[in-house]
Amino acid sequence: MKITNAIKTTRLLALLFISVLTFTACSDDDDDHGYDSEEELITTVRYTLTNGNNIVTLTFSDPDGEGGNDGTYTVSGNLTTNLTYTGVIELLNETESPAEDITEEVKAEADEHEFFYNSNVSGLAITKTDTDGNGNPLGIETSLTTGSAGSGTLTVILKHEPKKPNNDTSADAGGSTDVEVVFNITVQ
Amino acid sequence: MQRLFFLCAFLYCISTNTTAQDCNITFKGRIIDFHDKTPIYGASIFVLNLNRYTTSDIDGVFEINNLCKGRIIIEIKHLSCDTKQITIDINKNISEDIFLEHHLEELNEVILKASTKTEQSSVEQSIKKAVIEQFTDKSLGDALKTISGVSALSTGNSIVKPMIHGLHSSRLLIINNNVRMYDQEWGDEHAPNIDINASDRIDVIKGANTLKYGSDAIGGLILLRPKKYAIKDSLFGSTLTSFNSNGLGGNLNSEIIKTYKSGYYTKIQMNYKQFGDFEAPNYNLTNSGIKSLNGSVQFGYNSFEKGFDAYYSYVNNEFGILQSSHIGNVNDLVNAINSEQPRIIEDFSYTINAPKQSIVHHLAKIEAYKRYKGFGKLTVQYDFQINRRKEFDLRRGGLKNTPVIDLRLFTTSIQPNLQIDYFDDLKINTGLLFRYQQNDAISGTGTSPLIPDFDKFDAGIYAIGNYNLSETTEISAGFRYDFSDINARKEYNVTDWQETYNYDELFPEFENGDISGTDIPTNPRFTYHNISASLGLSKKFDNNMQLLANYGLASRVPNPSELFSDGLHHSAARIETGLLTIGKEIANKFVLSLEKNNNDFGFIISPYYKHINGFTQLIPIGITTTIRGAFPVWEYNQVAAQIFGIDIDVNKKISTNFSYSGSLSLLQGDNLTDDIPLIHMPAANFSNRVSYINANLNQLTIRLSQKTILQQNSYPDYNFFTYNATLQENVFVDISSTPPSYSLFGLHTSAVFKLFNKGSLKLEFNIENMFNVSYREHLNRLRYFTDDLGRNYNLKLKINY
Repeated sequence: MKITNAIKTTRLLALLFISVLTFTACSDDDDDHGYDSEEELITTVRYTLTNGNNIVTLTFSDPDGEGGNDGTYTVSGNLTTNLTYTGVIELLNETESPAEDITEEVKAEADEHEFFYNSNVSGLAITKTDTDGNGNPLGIETSLTTGSAGSGTLTVILKHEPKKPNNDTSADAGGSTDVEVVFNITVQ
Repeated sequence: MQRLFFLCAFLYCISTNTTAQDCNITFKGRIIDFHDKTPIYGASIFVLNLNRYTTSDIDGVFEINNLCKGRIIIEIKHLSCDTKQITIDINKNISEDIFLEHHLEELNEVILKASTKTEQSSVEQSIKKAVIEQFTDKSLGDALKTISGVSALSTGNSIVKPMIHGLHSSRLLIINNNVRMYDQEWGDEHAPNIDINASDRIDVIKGANTLKYGSDAIGGLILLRPKKYAIKDSLFGSTLTSFNSNGLGGNLNSEIIKTYKSGYYTKIQMNYKQFGDFEAPNYNLTNSGIKSLNGSVQFGYNSFEKGFDAYYSYVNNEFGILQSSHIGNVNDLVNAINSEQPRIIEDFSYTINAPKQSIVHHLAKIEAYKRYKGFGKLTVQYDFQINRRKEFDLRRGGLKNTPVIDLRLFTTSIQPNLQIDYFDDLKINTGLLFRYQQNDAISGTGTSPLIPDFDKFDAGIYAIGNYNLSETTEISAGFRYDFSDINARKEYNVTDWQETYNYDELFPEFENGDISGTDIPTNPRFTYHNISASLGLSKKFDNNMQLLANYGLASRVPNPSELFSDGLHHSAARIETGLLTIGKEIANKFVLSLEKNNNDFGFIISPYYKHINGFTQLIPIGITTTIRGAFPVWEYNQVAAQIFGIDIDVNKKISTNFSYSGSLSLLQGDNLTDDIPLIHMPAANFSNRVSYINANLNQLTIRLSQKTILQQNSYPDYNFFTYNATLQENVFVDISSTPPSYSLFGLHTSAVFKLFNKGSLKLEFNIENMFNVSYREHLNRLRYFTDDLGRNYNLKLKINY
């Protein structure tokens, strides 16, 4: 009697065991063994400064992403003294064709992002002219005013999940850095 | 039926006294040892239904005369042998060989003595069920830290990787129910996926005798073992629940076991664990919760001559990783190091957001054995494992719920093993191993995989002999050969392939197609031949003293992360790069152990020395600039290394109720190539415990414990400067300096109450980090971001039924 019971239990457990194995062996993924393209990659940061016909573009481009070749900086020209430019930032993933506009993603999650601009050129000031849904600064659109002649660096930083509002410094905002590029510029 | 038979037998006995007809049959037998076929002298033979005795002579022979026709039941007994009953129908003179088995422990419930070892001549220490239960709601790594010489490399408090003598990951073999665990624990933040509640005992083998399981136990071996059950009809189980004030969580573990006299047994065990955000003394550790669901089923048949065991376990872990540890670039890391507390501190929550790890591990095995008379035991085991690891980071937009890492590792193996116990003084253990492993980088993550698709094949052969030189001296020697073949498919960045690493000249045969865009498809393939060996000696002296000496030659093939890893680690703000040029690691290990096993006063003094050629380590080599800013690049390289130290354990009985135990571990690791210390070596530490145990008062136990970890002053200086774009100046990145010494105190109390006939209730109350000390541990990868855990009150309830 007991032995029959044991055999029954054994059979039941064997069935359970096999069904579990079958279940786990069946994969729930369609894996094509392909190589994923980097979907989050930002290869290009372009900061376009416009005053009428006076257009200056600052571009950082790293078409093969992290690793491989280092990125390159291109500044199309010098900024003019005592002038106000309208600035627009553009983030692109140029490994895709056509290039993917990451700026749109940032705009869609404006409350989780903020750009920060810094420069050590004296008299140069940048203010953010756009806001997120909560009325806090975003920084895709800016206004840049130059002062007297000089040269130095201009840094563009994009923070993900920063503290908002903040005192307009990236240090206070915290968060994690998605973009940090440093351009050499001249005002004359 | 049985009753009728006894009645018949009884009547027959009466009748034999009066009538003596047909009662002149002789039953002649010989009692033989099952293992070596030697005769057994002095066994008692009792004919149950006739109430007659005899014993076997020097040749194992016995004779029972004047038997009548019919059935007899004979019981054969011998000191240290399993009692055997046989039933024989006799109608003429017969002679028969009867085999007796003297290895009682194989059959019945294992009765463990304090000093019982897996291998006599091996330097090892064990954790028993009672200690495992104290860690029911913690991890394997936490439980193992109670053993001297074992520490842990952790990521926060839930992802804990055990380390033996400063070595971890693929230098440690973790054997779960006789199956070697393969759960992608290559990276620093990959912990073993094991539910410790499923095991009855954990052995840590620091010395030799690891060859049965692999050639690469440079650090050592961790054996998790289930319980063996007695062969009897029984149904029992237990339920254990715990609650913790820190993390406002705990676990519930239940197991139920049914055993049959026929030898069948079955066990089902389930465990659920959940914690919310843990807290440091001064703040919440936002997003540090855990959710874990585990279960195991075991069933089998156990008899002396043959048996089988089938086992399946399921582990599903979800670990939150401190939100503040997700950073963008090295400047974020500098900010984190310089700031006193994590940048994100929110209210307590059970929610687990990104960054997090979600891991499912299936393990199944079936093992069958058969014993052959006068030869030994043949065991064949088949097993497989599936490990699915998903890691989630903070991502933008539609990718928010998509893992950045999604890997599936499938491992299967078949292992025949033969234990030859024919010889009195020599035991031989030999076997083969065939293993196939496949890693699948699941597509759809939107990132290039950290570890590429690969297929790996291993084959091994080993033989280990244990020889008793004398009553007190035993030596063991083993040898193992392994063959490995790894075949991967990976796309490399063309610049990296051709210029940075010069692979186009070193490995042109790996190129596997035309360059497309910035990538080149490749098919790296490596084969390895490994030789490993071990020697052990154990010598017993008077006064329960024993000396053990072990030597081991271990070799390890590079693991896939050392060869192929390639990518950004957000929690460390670094880019980690594996190299195709990484070769084998070969270690010579020496361990001595002088032990005194005694309840009144005992100790273990165990010095060790390891020399490792081609020691593979991950170290920073420079800075790369990406669109996110600067990152240090960490690359695998190989150096000559040595690790030496000493582990000391002492126990002393102070009075009937009071006892003391303490331990001390000292270790030094040197990078001999560069003449600097090795990175991530455990610091000197010691602990003291005073216990009061009153067996007469509900087994009341009160234990006060203290553990001190000294500051690690011996570390390599990999600090560097980086340009901070915000401050517009170079800043110092201090990633190497170690946190100061700290001491933690704990209180443990427990008592057992009788509930009902067979049941008991155990109540436990513990306090961890009693004085709520703020501290940071240098082997915790989140030490840059936060303090470690604060005080915890823990309540446990265990019901046995």
